[in-house]
Amino acid sequence: MLLKLAWRNIWRNKSRTIITLAAVSVAVILSVLMMSAKNGVYENMIKSLIGDYTGFAQVHSNGYWDDKTIDNSLAFNDSILSQIESSKLIEGYSPRIENFALVVAENMTKGAMVIGADPEKEKRYNSLNERVIKGKYLSEDDKQVMVGAGLAEYLKVTIDDTLVLLSQGYHGSSAAGKYAIKGIIKFGSPELSKQLIFLPIKEAQLFYGVENRYTNIILHLDNTDDAKLVTEQLRPKLGKNHEVMDWEELAPDLKNMIATDKVEGYIFMFILYMVISFGLFGTMLMMLSERKHEFGVLIAIGMKRLKLAIMVWLELVIISILGAIAGCILAFPICAYFYYNPIYFSEDMADIYEDFGIEAMIQFSLDPNIFIQQGVIILIISIGIGLFPFIKTQKLDAIKQMRA
Amino acid sequence: MSVIETNKLCKTFEGVVPVKAVDNVDLKIENDEFTAIVGPSGSGKTTLLNIIGGLDRPTSGSVKVNDIELNNLSDNELIKFRLKHIGFVFQSYNLIPVLTARENTEFVMLLQNTTVEERNERVDALLKEVGLEDKVNSRPLELSGGQQQRVAVARALASKPDFVLADEPTANLDSKSAENLLDIMLRLNKEEGITFVFSTHDQRVIDRARRVITLEDGKIISDITQNEN
Ligand SMILES: Nc1ncnc2c1ncn2[C@@H]1O[C@H](COP(=O)(O)OP(=O)(O)OP(=O)(O)O)[C@@H](O)[C@H]1O
Ligand SMILES: [Mg+2]
Repeated sequence: MLLKLAWRNIWRNKSRTIITLAAVSVAVILSVLMMSAKNGVYENMIKSLIGDYTGFAQVHSNGYWDDKTIDNSLAFNDSILSQIESSKLIEGYSPRIENFALVVAENMTKGAMVIGADPEKEKRYNSLNERVIKGKYLSEDDKQVMVGAGLAEYLKVTIDDTLVLLSQGYHGSSAAGKYAIKGIIKFGSPELSKQLIFLPIKEAQLFYGVENRYTNIILHLDNTDDAKLVTEQLRPKLGKNHEVMDWEELAPDLKNMIATDKVEGYIFMFILYMVISFGLFGTMLMMLSERKHEFGVLIAIGMKRLKLAIMVWLELVIISILGAIAGCILAFPICAYFYYNPIYFSEDMADIYEDFGIEAMIQFSLDPNIFIQQGVIILIISIGIGLFPFIKTQKLDAIKQMRA
Repeated sequence: MSVIETNKLCKTFEGVVPVKAVDNVDLKIENDEFTAIVGPSGSGKTTLLNIIGGLDRPTSGSVKVNDIELNNLSDNELIKFRLKHIGFVFQSYNLIPVLTARENTEFVMLLQNTTVEERNERVDALLKEVGLEDKVNSRPLELSGGQQQRVAVARALASKPDFVLADEPTANLDSKSAENLLDIMLRLNKEEGITFVFSTHDQRVIDRARRVITLEDGKIISDITQNEN
């Protein structure tokens, strides 16, 4: 009965209800668009830095992350393998040997990250093969390398050219090798393209003088949101000779940048919703004041104050939720449009983005949480403001209201 | 036992000049009465009805409804008491604007948690009783003032109250509608034995009451039982 009454009361003053609905939905649209754009940027950053390269979780020998040398590499054995394989959340793993090396081309020299990787596994889990823009993808037994596009450009080399790699190997040995370029690869993150050289893992083990050792085991997860959980589960199982890290530990800068940026978004949202709260509050004060006489009659004929308050409260909550739903429905196609048609930036802007190591584009996010979040905020606001009639009706004097 | 019994009932409104709106009123109203409370404007009719109806509290004296002392009830108990024992008809804007005639009548029964079957049966009967069987689905704005007051009477009766209090129920009606409303109230009184206590200014309404209590400055100055006509 209260619900029916509330619903009908809402439509008594159609224009006011529609204005309130519109205000709420505009706020929701703005918030959703902002959060969708921001989250889209984060997702893009995480995907192109973490997803394509670092991985959402890694296993190392203890101490490797602080001192990334071949000496701190990990002797891979069956017990590590069985622990990884026993976790239901882990889809698979790919071993790597990562180390800095000096890359010498005909006329140029540059430091680069030389990665020994299992071509089959990188293909399966990272689709690394799809990043080849020139030449061919590596196979297991190749004695050739793939070079990041940016790095190739800097070194002025292309496929079939030869590079000399110089580095430090296991236990102070020196590592040196000469490799032809089999392919050029390009990453979503320009920063990565400027730094990476891939070598088949067997060849890398030879190059660095390690046998059956890796520096990093990249864990591929069924659901990237499980990174923290997976590391927490795996850590005690692997013991203290190993370190298990999730992406937030692997890339704290990225994590912090996202966190700082999110705060900005929340401040904007807070201000927006403050304004909306005042609007809703005003609507409610009007609803209360213009129906005083009616409330007086209702109390006189025996309606409990609590029921009266619930009715007004429902009215406000219904308007707010309708507004939130309308906002989400209207915002969705816009987000979807920019999800399928990301915005690319002009060159000036592009540079700024590329300094962060990501591609210069905004691809909106369609993460349902963004929409749910707005709904929940609106719900909380309306429930909060809606508590006001509970106070107000307690003090309502039936006779006075009816005389008015 | 009287339905309503007041004893040395007083109500003073404090202000720059305190107003004694009800002054030492001793009053007994029995079952089946059809009683008008009359008097000039400001004589205390509304105040008296409000106190009897448990809407307002006296400054001193007592008011009993069916032997229950209203002074002893808390505010929340009074709300429950009104719902159960008293039917109200006010001068105007009695009805909930967003509900139809039928829903308005049903409303108090919903508050009392009456069963669906009983509600349906009773609402139909009541609206027929007040001659609105063809207006059950109209909202108050679609009804004339007289029709609205008839719905208000139906609603007042829906809760099966001990008596109905009506404060100037005909004040905003033209004489024909007023006449009609009074006919209905009288018939309900005679046929169903429903006790009505109402205030009025209207001489034609006064003429049809069985008992007329006249107030002046909050005091009862006459109490006449007259023949029906
Ligand atoms: N809430 C109040 N505060 C102060 N004075 C009041 C209040 N209610 C009524 N009065 C005063 O009490 C007196 C009686 O008022 P009441 O409304 O009972 O008269 P009434 O007989 O119903 O008059 P009317 O015929 O105009 O409706 C009046 O002098 C009025 O001014
Ligand atoms: Mg009056």
